[in-house]
Amino acid sequence: MRGLGDALLHPAAKPLLWLFCMLPMLWLFYAAATDQLGANPAEALSRSTGELTLRFLCMVLAVSPLRVVLGLSALARFRRMLGLFVYAYVCLHLLSYAWFDMGFDPMDMARDIAKRPFILVGFIAFLLLTPLALTSFNRAIKAMGARRWQQLHRAVYLVAGLAVLHFFWMRAGKNDFGEVLLYAVILGALLAWRLWRRLSR
Amino acid sequence: MLIKTKRDGFSHPLSSEITGPSAYSGRRELIKLMASGLGGAALASWAGRAAWAQGAGTQRPGKLAALAGEKSGVAGAITMDKLTDYKDASSYNNFYEFGTDKAEPAKNAHTLQTTPWTVEVEGLVKKPAKYTLEDLLKLKAMEERIYRLRCVEGWSMVIPWVGYSMSELIKKVEPLGSAKYIEFVTLADPKTMPFVGSRVLEWPYVEALRLDEAMHPLTLLSFGMYGEVLPNQNGAPVRLVVPWKYGFKSGKSLVKIRFTDKQPATAWNKAAPGEYGFYSNVNPAVDHPRWSQGTERRIGEDGLFAKKRKTLMFNGYEAQVGQLYAGMDLKKNF
Repeated sequence: MRGLGDALLHPAAKPLLWLFCMLPMLWLFYAAATDQLGANPAEALSRSTGELTLRFLCMVLAVSPLRVVLGLSALARFRRMLGLFVYAYVCLHLLSYAWFDMGFDPMDMARDIAKRPFILVGFIAFLLLTPLALTSFNRAIKAMGARRWQQLHRAVYLVAGLAVLHFFWMRAGKNDFGEVLLYAVILGALLAWRLWRRLSR
Repeated sequence: MLIKTKRDGFSHPLSSEITGPSAYSGRRELIKLMASGLGGAALASWAGRAAWAQGAGTQRPGKLAALAGEKSGVAGAITMDKLTDYKDASSYNNFYEFGTDKAEPAKNAHTLQTTPWTVEVEGLVKKPAKYTLEDLLKLKAMEERIYRLRCVEGWSMVIPWVGYSMSELIKKVEPLGSAKYIEFVTLADPKTMPFVGSRVLEWPYVEALRLDEAMHPLTLLSFGMYGEVLPNQNGAPVRLVVPWKYGFKSGKSLVKIRFTDKQPATAWNKAAPGEYGFYSNVNPAVDHPRWSQGTERRIGEDGLFAKKRKTLMFNGYEAQVGQLYAGMDLKKNF
């Protein structure tokens, strides 16, 4: 673990992670521009950005458990970047919906959000993530005080639940819950670990 | 013809629908060829030319065996909308027996065995019978019909199908007076269909129509598309196409047609009765619980940034089929 810890502290580690996180986004832009997203590119973009949001949510929530279990304190350095990528991908996801599905019509969107719990839940999750992204820089932590900052950022646990519910509802149309279960188990385990630690302290 | 009513009870064919002399004499040549035993070899190229002479003008993609049809004279059977690319129509569709992702049927359906193939007709009919595919292909002259296809998921295509009205087969088997519904049972072979047995739906996939819906001339028993036999992933060798209903009502790879007196339980209705009704007519006013049915994206045509197009009542076939539902509350009977 010592070697790994040193590697994580290497100056190139952060830029490399940043590049890794950017790859799916770059691929989607490239594939959209070169017509490689299949017969329904709009649907492909909405779905991949949604799925990427879920994956980054899993990654950012895995940071603390891995840090403690593996004793790799250096991992904490990457939490903010991963969290901001969750927000970047959820913004792209919302943009796909607003643009491709709703044609940027604010009235249509307002009606759609009010009418459909599936959309509403996704939208609330986006709203909850917004203050977390806005208070991600050091000065915000100082200004708020670490304790209150941490309390605010616990909202991500709620977001994880909402995201799984959103995905579940979407797949209910296909009656196909295999992948939903996978994400539910991963996120559930990551949250359960936190609960277990809190209770055993 | 000056005043077109919705009922459209009396309408002349367009001049373009009248068989052209070249196609007519072409048929005579074919009969002569048949007599001299060369028919089989000549059939493919003749059929192709006939389709061109007719002006239906569907260019064959050249992937599978030719199956041409004369341009249909049935009212509403030829939409003027631009055809969807064969590539999109044959690589993006739902066929859950081969996977729930729309790219999977094209990847997985090569295992489907379409020969030999039989379709059993049973239930409340005078003449129950087991038809071989060859019997069905010979039952009536093939027609080409260009239908809009609207998926319940909110996308649409325009596909030139080849087949004949389902009513032709129904008349052949003589339904009893007590027959009110027709159940369409599709193949469920776990050996060749990798996702049969998944818990997503009950297998076999069963769909059904009211008898008068099935008798409507637009309800098509289809054997081909784009001037060729059906690709496996699109429901080879024989499927139903009901253009005014959401796509899932049109069963693929049919093996059994059963006439009943009670409304049959259908696959999606059993899986999610609140979301997929028995009728499932295309209806922009009745939304799916999780998305609007008011608009649709035409595959391959509406660009990524184009606004979606409005969905039409009965998928644009209201003039032809509206009377089937006269007096019914379509919000309740969705």
